[in-house]
Amino acid sequence: MNTPNNKGYAGIEAKVKASLKRRQREETRFRLFGIGAVLVALALVASLFGTILSKGLPSFWQSTFVLDVHFDPEVVQIGPKPVLEAGEAPAQFNERDLAWQMELGFVDFNQLLINALTKHIPAAADSPRDAMALITSGEHFALRDRVVADPSIIGKTLRLNLLADANVDVWLKGNIDRSLPDDRQQLSAQTREWADKLSADGVIKNKFSTAIFLNPDSRSSLAAAGLAGAFMGSLMMMMIVILLAVPIGVASAIYLEEFAPKNWITDLIEVNINNLAAVPSIVFGLLGAAVFILWFKLPISAPIVGGLVLTLMTLPTVIIATRSTLKAIPPSIREAALGVGASKVQATMHHVLPLAIPGILTATIIGVAQALGETAPLLLIGMSAFVSSIPATPFDQSTALPVQIFLWQGNELRNFFEGRTSAAIIVLLALMLTLNSLAIWLRRRYETRW
Amino acid sequence: MNNFTVAIALLMLAALAYQLGLTKGRGVVALAGHRATHSRPGYHGALAILRAAVPAFVVYALWVVFGNQVIHSLVLESIPAEFLPQDSLQQKVMLQRLSNIASGFGVLGDAQPYELAAADVMRQFQGVGETIVTALMATVAALGLFWSWRTTTAETRARNKVERAINVALIACSAVAILTTIGIVMSMLGESLRFFQMVSPTDFFFGTVWNPRFATMGAEGQSGFGMLPLMAGTLMISFIAMLVAVPVGLMTAIYMAEYASSRTRSLVKPVVEVLAGIPTIVYGFFALVTVGPILSSIGAAIGVDIRATSALTAGLVMGIMIIPFISSLSDDILTQVPKTMRDGSLALGGTKSETIIKVVLPAALPGIVGAILLALSRAIGETMIVVLAAGNSPVLTANPFEAVSTVTVSIVNQLTGDQDFASAQSLVAFALGLTLFVMTLILNVIALVIVRKYREQYE
Repeated sequence: MNTPNNKGYAGIEAKVKASLKRRQREETRFRLFGIGAVLVALALVASLFGTILSKGLPSFWQSTFVLDVHFDPEVVQIGPKPVLEAGEAPAQFNERDLAWQMELGFVDFNQLLINALTKHIPAAADSPRDAMALITSGEHFALRDRVVADPSIIGKTLRLNLLADANVDVWLKGNIDRSLPDDRQQLSAQTREWADKLSADGVIKNKFSTAIFLNPDSRSSLAAAGLAGAFMGSLMMMMIVILLAVPIGVASAIYLEEFAPKNWITDLIEVNINNLAAVPSIVFGLLGAAVFILWFKLPISAPIVGGLVLTLMTLPTVIIATRSTLKAIPPSIREAALGVGASKVQATMHHVLPLAIPGILTATIIGVAQALGETAPLLLIGMSAFVSSIPATPFDQSTALPVQIFLWQGNELRNFFEGRTSAAIIVLLALMLTLNSLAIWLRRRYETRW
Repeated sequence: MNNFTVAIALLMLAALAYQLGLTKGRGVVALAGHRATHSRPGYHGALAILRAAVPAFVVYALWVVFGNQVIHSLVLESIPAEFLPQDSLQQKVMLQRLSNIASGFGVLGDAQPYELAAADVMRQFQGVGETIVTALMATVAALGLFWSWRTTTAETRARNKVERAINVALIACSAVAILTTIGIVMSMLGESLRFFQMVSPTDFFFGTVWNPRFATMGAEGQSGFGMLPLMAGTLMISFIAMLVAVPVGLMTAIYMAEYASSRTRSLVKPVVEVLAGIPTIVYGFFALVTVGPILSSIGAAIGVDIRATSALTAGLVMGIMIIPFISSLSDDILTQVPKTMRDGSLALGGTKSETIIKVVLPAALPGIVGAILLALSRAIGETMIVVLAAGNSPVLTANPFEAVSTVTVSIVNQLTGDQDFASAQSLVAFALGLTLFVMTLILNVIALVIVRKYREQYE
């Protein structure tokens, strides 16, 4: 029985056994590589979020003055606000109103702030420049707006929260090296000393500030720069995307999936849509610049153009996602409808489409989330312009959330704007994560397994 | 007659038309019985809307688009030649002033007699125009209603007509995607051709100096449009990105598809996919404030001069961005490999890793190559990360620690300044865009074909 064959098997067995250790080592190593890759990916997510959160969260709290401001009638010398009289042309009233506002513009609201500051630092009146460097420059406009809104406050004293200047905020938070020599500090020695004193006295507090949510962007008053304008711009663009991309996308998905004959034209459309989904977003920006701005003469920097460009960009996403939803609906549904005499349109509209609604909603949300974070195409249609007002219509100048982030990260006052930018990113990510979780929830809640 | 009132009126008209059609349809059913009627009453209502409200809407849309132009040209004609400015911008200002007078808002200062006369003409034309349009809309709507009312019988194939209209609308919507592609190609081709009239294509495609000066430099400044430095930067950054993303992404996908328990899968997958949803501007900021300084200090520690904004920084962060893209695509592809193939290998005594390396991966290779090509096309077209982190220095270099520039960065730079749209300095952006589009198109088509072939193989 001891044939060479058996010996051969034994030899192979010995060989295999000898190699087993090595092979198992390789197996373990391969597995560790896999775990390593997953851990690297998780660590990257963690470090990205860690960076953004650690830089951004503290800047939601800003150095804020709590001051009693007396609206001294000696300083605020102004006539009553004009009202539209009977028989007056609107143009004339406009002129009178402008004149009144011009008069108001000459009022020295800074004097009110200095008077208020003098109560805490008596020397403030002597060097008003150093004193005014404490409070961000936009606050005297805030005082003016209060007077415009309610002229009866003249003569009264109000306790107001006023934002400290961005440099004061940087100084008090320790975001600048305190040992730097005077010529490399942004603030004068006097201002820094006062800031420390006021902070110790509790006049300047680190308070949660709503400025970032409520104000538009600002260059003169950096501490008060906010996201409101960008948010409105993004909101309008998302509205346009939802109003255009969803109906058009769903309709073309229905056509391609349910009605289109199989021929080279529909093949072409299909390849074309798949390709459009992978075209770099900046190319859509070039399209927007050439078609909407150069040819159609739509206004530059306006949410209407941004919305149209983002619509074209999201359309393939919506179409592809809707088609896969429609594909997942079993043919038996259609056949049952057709079997009892429904037409093809009836079968689709009455039976297939209602079943596809959860999927369509998910597709919409994914598309909107994608459009919300897109920056590059918006730069090319001029939305990177500095806009200090909140747009009222889609034809007004505006920025968008991601573009605002781009603009802020480039601001010269890095010490302040690194935090501000991170805060803006937190707002954007919060919006996107909310949208994405909504999509996941919808999918889980209404998903039907056929 | 503002848009809002018209919208309300049109909606009311549509409701009326539907009701009318519905009533008539029901009347027909009552007369002829269910079996003898072709369409259900609702379809008669919908058909009435199509016949009455849609034409009225079209009339109004035409008026909105062309009405003002017609009125303005008529008004300008009525103004005596000596007051009429030649410049179209001044004409615009004048029309604005006239419409302020005409609307009763008034203007500052005294209006000239000729202005008052012209404003009067404008008001008249506006009044006449609005009357005509209103009358036209009413007539069209009434005719449509009448037509529907008269022709509705038991035999009317209202359903087929409505369905045909729906079909046309669906086809029109599908055409938008085609029109987008045509728009992209036409606009870029048109502007690129204008650019190539100023700069020769050889200088553009093979030039090694990228230094487009300001348009004000005049015609002699038409040099420095060589895109090779940009292309080199783009390819270098994409290569670094793939070097990061392919191993990590592929190993993640393999681990998730072959080893991980379903619990780990359901926990880790969404987290990795979070990376995919993060806007690229956020990655750019991350590269700028965190990754760049870290790399630069590592470089200082080991004695290599690494710039904080360099090809390496941008490539590394872009790689991070692409990881989820590769991992989720490869994951899909790996799970499509039939289980029988794995079982065969395992039955022959292969370990799990041998099965994966020798059986599953070769079977999935075409799909994975497709995924990598798609990821590469993403990397080439990525903009915000490189705008922030690549350093924007368009020089031909092979050193990844140096700052570079890319095609996308240059497109942004050339179109965001205060440039004249007709200058070579702006138009070059379209030529760059066209190059980018063609490159990504080729990559995408190859990738899509491979992935599709692969899918068919196992379905």
